[in-house]
Parts: sequence; structure tokens; C-alpha cells
Amino acid sequence: MNFWEYLGTRHQQLLTDAYQHASAVFQCMVVATLLGVLIGVVTYRSEWAGNLATTTTSTILTVPSLAMIGLLIPIVGLGVPPTVIALTLYGLLPIVRNSIVGLRGVDPSLVDAATGIGMSRVMRLVRVELPLAWPPILTGIRVSTQMLMGIAAIAAYASGPGLGNVIFRGLGSLGSKNAINQVLAGTLGIIVLALLFDAAYVLIGRLTIPRGIRA
Amino acid sequence: MPETATSGASIELENLTKRYPGSPQPAVDNVNMEIRAGEIVIFVGPSGCGKSTTLKMINRLIEPTGGRIRIDGEDVTHMDPVKLRRKVGYAIQTSGLFPHMTVAQNIALVPRMVGWSKARIRNRVEEMLDLVGLDPGEFHGRYPRQLSGGQQQRVGVARALAADPPVLLMDEPFGAVDPITRDHLQDELIRLQHELHKTIVFVTHDFDEAIKLGDRIAVLRERSHIAQFDTPEAILTNPADDFVSGFVGAGAALKRLNLSRVRDVEITDYPTVTVDDPLQEIFSKLRSSGTSEILLLDKRGRPYKWLRRGDLMRAKGSLARAGTLVHDTVTRDATLRDALEAVLTDSSGRVAVTGRRGEYTGVVDVETLMNSVHELLEADRLEAMEHQHDLEALRSAQTHAEQEGAGGERKA
Repeated sequence: MNFWEYLGTRHQQLLTDAYQHASAVFQCMVVATLLGVLIGVVTYRSEWAGNLATTTTSTILTVPSLAMIGLLIPIVGLGVPPTVIALTLYGLLPIVRNSIVGLRGVDPSLVDAATGIGMSRVMRLVRVELPLAWPPILTGIRVSTQMLMGIAAIAAYASGPGLGNVIFRGLGSLGSKNAINQVLAGTLGIIVLALLFDAAYVLIGRLTIPRGIRA
Repeated sequence: MPETATSGASIELENLTKRYPGSPQPAVDNVNMEIRAGEIVIFVGPSGCGKSTTLKMINRLIEPTGGRIRIDGEDVTHMDPVKLRRKVGYAIQTSGLFPHMTVAQNIALVPRMVGWSKARIRNRVEEMLDLVGLDPGEFHGRYPRQLSGGQQQRVGVARALAADPPVLLMDEPFGAVDPITRDHLQDELIRLQHELHKTIVFVTHDFDEAIKLGDRIAVLRERSHIAQFDTPEAILTNPADDFVSGFVGAGAALKRLNLSRVRDVEITDYPTVTVDDPLQEIFSKLRSSGTSEILLLDKRGRPYKWLRRGDLMRAKGSLARAGTLVHDTVTRDATLRDALEAVLTDSSGRVAVTGRRGEYTGVVDVETLMNSVHELLEADRLEAMEHQHDLEALRSAQTHAEQEGAGGERKA
């Protein structure tokens, strides 16, 4: 059976896996974004708090994904929970770092002007600082998403959802007639998903970055 | 529908002090100052003298560590700073416009914060753009980066004035634009102030700007100590000490010329003829006038040519070829400095003065200009001396009263 015949017979299963893969990444990204921006907003004013947040999240990123999921299994069990926790933790670094860099990079004279015309702290954050820091934050979200696409494949190790299952099945049966097809289909599926997400982010950028600061 | 504008409020600074932790000297040391309602006061001084810090303490962007601020008699030292700032306009050097908002959104910020209705805000934005000389239709929806530096500054001023605050603080607002634009913006500010009568506190390190704009100037030295606080005339003619005269710089007399206008000096009348007059009459005017030349006006009464006695003969009676064209005129509103410039560049040392539509009203020459300037300077000096005398009398009376008071206490 060649690759195209394989795709033809298994497309139902592959589409379900792809959908679950995308959905897991998307949901984890939503959580990671909210959490990451929140951490950024809370820590960017203080030198040490900001550095602590960046260092902590980058330390998390150095833990090998297989090990992370393996370590989570005894605590939260198999399936969806370890997948979601691991993906969210990995997704944090680029978002936290870019939030802090972006918020710190807002022109001090604009912050001065915002305060000077009578904005409260919250208002200044919501009306001035976050909108101006949004382009770098969005870049962080984009990088995070690309990274999670790959890492999500490992989730299959903990019986998680997604295209990783196809890849692992193939790797487990190397030598059998469909092994290569399975690995290939899983990998290509992830790449296609990553490209689709990226296109979506370009669109989101167009819609959400104010015209006055668009590059 | 233009709204009735709130005019200025007085500002009093009382023992205002800012001390930063970890530095032995205070950044601003015990400033006492009374700023009258509706006047422009300029803080001028070398960089790092604390003039900006003093300004920012008025809207408490920098919290004072000691002393009091009163605006319109009300102590604002401990009121909610956010509320205070909404009542005090603030314009800064880099314009401080938010790049992600349109011009209209920027201007609407403070009115929105203080809860104006949408319709009122919309009208106000148009009105403010008009006020600062920008066409509302064209600039309404633009983003700050689509504006020139000068236009950005105008919008910055419009935003600061949008909610009609009685007080406007300006921190080197024209420091980052080119000299020509800066000149325009200064003229605009003078015009605005004629209409609005706000109390404006303006920080600059450019003494010429201070002279041009200020009703009174506070020359500050390090730690914001007031070296002299007086009218530009008084500072120019009678600087309090070496620091002030050093800051005034060379050419105080020349700078004084910027403070008076052509309408303040004597304008001489000159024999004139118009292009429509018959040649015969022009000839006889030339002969009968005591001067060596007469001024030829065009059909609308504007200065056109200087005619000397032999000119018409040499041109064989043709007015079109005779005489020298008038290439420079000054208006009655021009500063004496401009007039002097024009007189000096003119080969015969005189310049025609024109009215609002360019029509001839008279002539100033080197001689009258010199006499007037001498008189002006003399008057300034007398006034300054009188002022000095008054101050000394006041001071001695105060010392006297204090000593008497102390004596009285001792007796009791």
C-alpha cells in the first residue's frame, strides 16, 4: 500500500487525530496566553520579579518533554490532564518573556503622558501599555504555538490525544508495511496544522494590531 | 457650538521640596512662588536645575516630599492625583501622543475620562483641532505617525486643552521641532493665550523662547532656587546677579528689541504719490518735498517704488523704469528686531511700514529707531530701579516688623 492509498483508507481516523491535536494545542494556548500575559503584567515593573518569571519559565522549557510527561503521569494519571499541563507550561516562556519585554519597551514618555493626563494605573495598562506591547506579545504567542505543535505529539506517550498516536503506532511497528506511512502521515499532518495556525495568526495580527503602530 | 472657556486659576507653591532617597541634597529645595491667574510663567534654567521636577510636582507626577501646592486657593497636595491631573492640562516635548490612537481619539481621552457625552466630545474635538490650526476633516482620523513634528505638537496641545482645564503645564513642548516650526508654534501659543487666558507654566532651557512667551520668567539655578522671578523686560535690563546675566547671555539690548513692536515707536510720514497720479504732479512733489526721495504707491496704496530726484529724468519720464523697487516692508505688529533687520539691510536705511492689507502707513528709519530704542531702554532702567527700590523698602519694612515683633515678645 503506497502513501496515497494509506491516506485514502485511513483519512477518517487521521482527521479525527488532527482535529484533536489542533484542539488540544489551541486550548492550551488560550490558557498559556492568559497566564503568560498575567505573569508579565504582574512582574514587568520590578527588575527581579520580571527576571525571576523569565528564568523560571525558561527552566521549565529545558526539561525534556518526554520526561515532563513521564513525571506527570504518576501525579495526574494518563490521558488529557498530563497533556494539558505539560503543553501549558511549555507554552509559557515565549509569552511571558515577550510580554515583559513588550511592556518594558513602551516609551517612558508615553507612560508619563498617560499618567499626566489623568489615567489611573489600570486604565493606563489597558488603554496604553497593553495595546502598544501587543505586537511582541502576539509574536510570542505565535512562537509558542509552533513549539506546542511539535511537543503535543509526545502527549501520545501518556495516551493523550492527537497525531502523536499515529506516529507512535508507526514507530512501534517499524518493519510492518504501514509503519512508514503512519509516521509520515502524522508528521506531515503536524506541519500542515502548524502552517494553518500561522496563517490564522497573520490574520489575527491584521485585525488586532491598531493601524497606527502596524509595521 | 463653542463653549465658554474656563480661564486661568492661580497657583501657589509653598516651601515645595523634593528629596530623593539616597541623595544628600534635595533635587528641589524649598520653592516659594505665586503664579497669578491667566499669566504665562516660564521656568528657565540650565539642564538638571530641577525645573522639570518642579513642574511635575504641580500635577504630582512627582510627589513632593515637603511643602504645599494650592491651585485656585484649594490645597491639592493631598487630593487624589488622578482627579487633580484631569483638571490640569499637560503637554510634553515628544508630544506624548498615543501612536495606536487616531488624532481624534487622542484629543477625546480626557473629556471621555471626565464623562462628557459623545456628542459633546465630538464637537469639542472639532473645536480643538480648529483652535490649533488643523483642518478637522483632514486630521480627525489620522494617526500620529502620519503627522509632522509640528502638527504632532499642535495635537498634543489640543489634547492638553480638550477638557478645558484652568491650568496648562508644558514641559519643553517645542524642544524637539525645527527652529522655523518652533517659531510658528510659539506664535500660535501666544494667539491661543490671547483667546483663552489660561494659567500656563512652561519649562524651557531656551532663554529667547522664555522672553518671547513669558509674562514673567523664573530663572532657576541648581535645586530650583529662584535666581530671579520677574518680567522679561526687568530681567533683561536689570539681571539680579551674575548667574542671571550669564543666562541672559550676550546682547540683552538686542533681545529687548523682541519685546517691542513697530507700533510702539514713532513712525514718520513720508511724501507719497500713487502710480495713477499725473507725471507733472509727481515732478512737483519731488521738487517741493524736503526729502531726497518719495515713495510711489501702487493702485491699492501699497508701497511700490522709491523715487529719487534724478530717477524720472534718467528713465525718460517712464514710471515703469524709474526708481528702485520696495523689496522689504514691515507691519505694525513686527518686532523692533525685525524692523532693525530690515532697516540695516536696506541701502538707504529706511523701511516702509504697512497696515493689515499691506497698505502704506509710514516709514521708520535708522535714526527714529535708535532714538526709540534708547528711550525704551532708559524707561526700562528707571522702572527696574524703582522696582528694586520698592523691593528694598518692602524688605526693610519686613525686617523692621520682625525685629519689632521679636522685641515685643521679649517684653511680654
